[in-house]
Amino acid sequence: MIEFIADKYNFWIAIVLMMIGFYAIIAKHNLVKKVIGLNIFQTSVFLFYISISKVNGGTAPIIWHPEGHAEVVYDNPLPHVLILTAIVVSVSVTAVALGIIVKLYKNYGSIEEDEIKLIEHNEPELDSK
Amino acid sequence: MIDFFTTHAPVLTIVVFIFGALLAPVFGRINNSLSYYCALITTALSFVLSVYLLFSVYNNAPLEYFLGGWKPPYGIEYRVDILNSFILSVVSFVSFLSVIYGYGSIKSEIYEKRHPAFYSVYLLFIGGMMGILITNDIFNMYVFLEITSLAGYALIAMGRTRYSYMASFNYLILGSVGATFFLIGIGYLYMQTGTLNLTDLAQRLQGHFDTNVVLVAIAFIVVGLMLKMAVFPLHFWLPDAYTYSPSVISAAMAGTSTKVAAYLLIRLMYTIFGIQAGFSGINFSGIIIVIASITILAGSIIAISQTDLKKMLAFSSIGQIGYILIGTAMVNKYAFAGGLLHILNHAMMKTALFMVAGGFFYKFTSTKINDLKGMGRQMPFASAMFLILSLSMVGIPLTVGFISKWYIILGAAQSGYWIVVPVILLSSLLTAIYFGRVVHNLFFKDSEASNTGILHAKIPYSMVSSTAVLVFLCIFFGVFAYMPVEISLKAAENIIGAMPWK
Repeated sequence: MIEFIADKYNFWIAIVLMMIGFYAIIAKHNLVKKVIGLNIFQTSVFLFYISISKVNGGTAPIIWHPEGHAEVVYDNPLPHVLILTAIVVSVSVTAVALGIIVKLYKNYGSIEEDEIKLIEHNEPELDSK
Repeated sequence: MIDFFTTHAPVLTIVVFIFGALLAPVFGRINNSLSYYCALITTALSFVLSVYLLFSVYNNAPLEYFLGGWKPPYGIEYRVDILNSFILSVVSFVSFLSVIYGYGSIKSEIYEKRHPAFYSVYLLFIGGMMGILITNDIFNMYVFLEITSLAGYALIAMGRTRYSYMASFNYLILGSVGATFFLIGIGYLYMQTGTLNLTDLAQRLQGHFDTNVVLVAIAFIVVGLMLKMAVFPLHFWLPDAYTYSPSVISAAMAGTSTKVAAYLLIRLMYTIFGIQAGFSGINFSGIIIVIASITILAGSIIAISQTDLKKMLAFSSIGQIGYILIGTAMVNKYAFAGGLLHILNHAMMKTALFMVAGGFFYKFTSTKINDLKGMGRQMPFASAMFLILSLSMVGIPLTVGFISKWYIILGAAQSGYWIVVPVILLSSLLTAIYFGRVVHNLFFKDSEASNTGILHAKIPYSMVSSTAVLVFLCIFFGVFAYMPVEISLKAAENIIGAMPWK
């Protein structure tokens, strides 16, 4: 049992981080906390990608000819490249989300989801700023 | 010159959108209306290219285009066959008509200084969807999915009410979770196979369907895409997003975005997951049919209780996505063709319905069903179009709604999924109830004095003409259904292929 956990520790880290992020997305009413949760959630996937690219005894994937070594084992560089794209996407999602939160705060004076819904319920249909 | 366009047509369908999105704000600096013409020309160009692609692959073999000349599996491959060029044409046509419609409605709904930014983001939104449709590389699909989603969040936030921001934020959170699920699924598939090209993936996955890695990948991808598609238990972002966005965006989104996510699921189900063969004792198509049936019934029942016209149409869209899923999941030629036809038909019907709702909003700044009493006399043309579209949604013969339901039921009878037939008939009845309520208010109630004031006396020709074109096509393709039916039957044959279908 211990071995099972210890051998696959990279997956466990990804799972734990993912669940923390998911919990924040579902349970928190504060919109900024939701965005932080989303970031943690996405980071867990980045770590998962990075960990599957590791090759036993591999080194950084930069072409290298050391003295006395006939063959050098490299890590798989493709997941690194893929996840670079995904990080860019994640940053832009965060930027858009924070921009929307600023607008929400200007319009409602609050960033708590339930308060915004209450205000909207009491005095709906006002033009946005 | 022509030669250049024909050889590079697959990539040009996306490149025109990227250039258009960059040029629209530049032109907007000179004159606001120039950015409108930029969007118009871009979408028209992409429509011409998509129709050219459709005719080319209908008559010849599927087109393959290697970006930068790198052969797959090393490079990104764009692959056009009948299935995706058909949906490409639908998406570009709907987006083109929405731009025409926008000429009148955008001016009253979005601040003047935001117009160039609006058109720029709109072109990115459509361009991302074209990218999802045309690419044959699973990671490229994820990137385009995020491009179109990010543009979609911004477009919804441009709505007139302040609650638009909240609707956009909810969609952002759920949409990002869905896309991240898709990303995890891609990671697992890459772990198992070491490739991202769909054709290559399909070959390398043969015989690996029993492994847990592939099963987890399929589970993540299917759930993530169902979130994007707004299938019933995961639909919470959609009603608000459609209700509080500008009329043009409700119309364009209802016609395109959920259908593109449905295409993605169809493509992955058939090309790499091998739904035809079934795997490891799981009845994959059975599961999807049950989910889709629940979606159809739930969407229709919730739509009955709505008081806002746009929200009612949004819940109706949730139900209609179920038809597309149910048709394509049955692994039968006729049902698949029916599901594919429903992508075209529902895009036309729901876009036109949201356009009519936008027309009501333009004139009275309200879309509450109770405020529509007696509109049949004040806006006879718009109300008549609404009536025709409602009949089409219910599935009355001589309209397009009938054709797709007919083929889905035909396929259900052939493949033995009898449960589908009562679901579709019951949902037609429910559709008649919720549209009947609106039609009753439009034509058979006297208008009340307390109606909200008239904002604009006359609806612009651009709004009327684009809606009228769609309504005309709803009847035209309902009577002369030969062309779309032939195309979708051939697409179904290609996709289901020589596999022994039930």
